[in-house]
Amino acid sequence: MRALLSGNEAVARGAWEAGCRVATAYPGTPSTEILENIIKYPEISCEWSVNEKVAMEVAAGACFAGARVLVAMKHVGLNVAADPFFTMGYSGVTGGMIVVSADDPGMWSSQNEQDNRHYGRHAKVPVLEPADSSETKLFAKLAFAISEKFDTPVLLRLTTRVCHSSSPVDLGKRKEVAVKGYARDVRKRLVLPAHARVLHAAVEERLRKLAAYGEVFPHNRIEWGKKSLGIITSGVAYQYAKEVFPDASFLKLALTYPLPAKLIKKFARQVKRLIVVEEGDSILETEIKAMGVRVTGKDRIPRCGELTPDVLRNSFATKRKRTKAAPDVPARSPVLCPGCPHRGVFYIVNKLKLVSTGDIGCYTLGALPPLNAMDTCVCMGASVTNAQGLEKALGKEFSKKVVAVLGDSTFFHSGITGLVNAVYNRANLTLLILDNFTTAMTGHQPHPGTGRLAKGEPGKRVPPEEVAKGCGAGLVEVVNPNDLRATEEAMKEGLAFDGVAVLIFRRPCALLVKPRPALRIDAELCNGCRLCLRIGCPAMSLVFPEARDKALAAVDASLCVGCGLCAQLCMRAAIKMAGETGAQS
Amino acid sequence: MRNPEGEMTNVVICGVGGQGIILASDVLCQAAFLDGLDVKKSEVHGMAQRGGSVITHVRFGDKVYSPLIEQSTCDYMLAFEKLEALRYVEYLTMHSDIIVDDREIPPMSVLVGDARYPADIEQRLAKYGKVHMIDATNVAAELGNQRVVNTVLLGVLSQFLDLDEKCWHDAIKQHVKEQYAGLNIEAFDRGRKLAG
Ligand SMILES: Cc1ncc(C[n+]2csc(CCOP(=O)(O)OP(=O)(O)O)c2C)c(N)n1
Repeated sequence: MRALLSGNEAVARGAWEAGCRVATAYPGTPSTEILENIIKYPEISCEWSVNEKVAMEVAAGACFAGARVLVAMKHVGLNVAADPFFTMGYSGVTGGMIVVSADDPGMWSSQNEQDNRHYGRHAKVPVLEPADSSETKLFAKLAFAISEKFDTPVLLRLTTRVCHSSSPVDLGKRKEVAVKGYARDVRKRLVLPAHARVLHAAVEERLRKLAAYGEVFPHNRIEWGKKSLGIITSGVAYQYAKEVFPDASFLKLALTYPLPAKLIKKFARQVKRLIVVEEGDSILETEIKAMGVRVTGKDRIPRCGELTPDVLRNSFATKRKRTKAAPDVPARSPVLCPGCPHRGVFYIVNKLKLVSTGDIGCYTLGALPPLNAMDTCVCMGASVTNAQGLEKALGKEFSKKVVAVLGDSTFFHSGITGLVNAVYNRANLTLLILDNFTTAMTGHQPHPGTGRLAKGEPGKRVPPEEVAKGCGAGLVEVVNPNDLRATEEAMKEGLAFDGVAVLIFRRPCALLVKPRPALRIDAELCNGCRLCLRIGCPAMSLVFPEARDKALAAVDASLCVGCGLCAQLCMRAAIKMAGETGAQS
Repeated sequence: MRNPEGEMTNVVICGVGGQGIILASDVLCQAAFLDGLDVKKSEVHGMAQRGGSVITHVRFGDKVYSPLIEQSTCDYMLAFEKLEALRYVEYLTMHSDIIVDDREIPPMSVLVGDARYPADIEQRLAKYGKVHMIDATNVAAELGNQRVVNTVLLGVLSQFLDLDEKCWHDAIKQHVKEQYAGLNIEAFDRGRKLAG
């Protein structure tokens, strides 16, 4: 059978067909749907782990037990998981182990465009780069085989345009692979210096064998075209190069670390001009140059941003008439949804003119106008620790106008360690946890605070307020963020508190609850003052009716979910909840 | 150099995050796939879905390499919102068919008064091909469910594409919940008969 699959669906399918038994992940665009699809296969035991390091270590344990295991994350997730990843590079595997890194060139949903092919080199782990869904499924299966044959984890490196593109795939059956079972092997898994010294030598030997394997690996393949131009490429860049240079000869690399030097040199000898087409950093190009082969690539192809067929064509100035973009099109940035429970908190942070160290989630959108309520965003968990650092440098008085803001999933991911650190080091900290009962940004995955597990079965709920108390926070309160007065009072109390205060603003994500009837504007009472626009709700706008000498607030009933936040701002009570009486508009 | 227009159909679907753009592109892709063509679709998740601008690329033909459409090579645009149609004109040729839902959703920059919603979008789009303004909201209202706006628009698009009607219907059945399949097929058929 043949089906259309996205790259992420193809990873899941490939792992399943290859007999994968255990899968772990922490969500992150563009990787999230890998585990979301694996969840559908009953043969695979899976979990949303609290962060990527934990996911990698749970996977490592399953690997020690001799199960085929997959762990998936977005590119920056591998930074979090780097420590166990490097050790697994030394230890090797018992059951096959795939580490999926989904990189995000162009930063569609990320804070950087790090090229995780570097991690393969850095951790001395082989890297496979598929170019479409069909290859992705195939390479997921091959990765298990390579992992077990060479006793190493394999880095399956995807990018946004592989993860989130769909193309036809041939579906196969699942081949069961028995779990080998646990056998003690301290020289392999207990990386004391004495053991690690031996392991390192084995790793270097393994890389030599892998390089030799790369010479005959059938997916490192030459497609002969005209010999006047040769192109070496990998991943989705191959697809773009085929569009722009349809007549050229291609060396399409799939196992891109370690590289097959003989194959590359053979190809180079037979073409007149040679270019490397790669997205991101000049990794292939640098290594190929080090082999003494003359190539170009990054002197023309940008290192920044996503590679596209247009970018590639422009890099080589192949002439073509192009349509220009329309001028003066107002931007449409993402916004907090109508009814988002985060909105009230940011309105108050802005109102009190606080310094706000932020974090990563939907709530990062609180940084945008008109809320402008976030000053920093470094990486998951950094809100807590950044705030502590501000106090260290500027003193206690300054901490009285600083709040650290993070979401519930982010708190469990990496906020807790910072909280313990702040308590232990006697910080004055006001931590706001925006608890919407879900990991909203990445599409509503459960986490410990929800008490649900990956496959929907009940888990044990870990309430953030209990965690905060257990960590030693001096003041812990749960507040309804849709009550602006309570929100403001709680924040003032937290800021005045000596020590660590944790305020949990709890209300479910607006996308997970049934909308209430839309609000309406009483035209007689509204004086067009614009106060209600300050919360930045996409359902609220200002109109200028001809029959009126002043502006009038307007609610888009198709967007409004009736949260009533705007009504709390109106000084003239002109915004009515459904059923409320007043002059008709 | 190869001329992609000759061998390939390129469709851009765009609108505002949350409008059902990804579902529409899934159905289109599946219809082309069921009709025996090679297909690629590219979309973006995450940040962009929170009310931001969203674009998906759909390409089908005998053999598709790039999942991304090149500038000036897009035969058809299906826009769920007028401003979003204007945002992506660089993909259009001078003779594209541009199907636009006659709907305005002001972005935050307009709501807070930093920018103005352009008044002349239809005229500006006309430079890039034939504009088909569709009142899909109204058709959906007649069918009693606003959520089928995207299927009505797919019906309009289907008039221009040489894909088998049965493949469209099957694609819809495969991508919407069973209890809504009938309604969506009705919405699609209504769109298919609307004058473009
Ligand atoms: C290390 C790392 N892993 C994953 C992500 C992807 N990511 C961005 S925000 C987010 C979750 C945010 O959830 P939460 O804190 O509950 O906030 P919400 O989106 O619900 O407001 C995730 C997983 C990331 N940016 N960095």
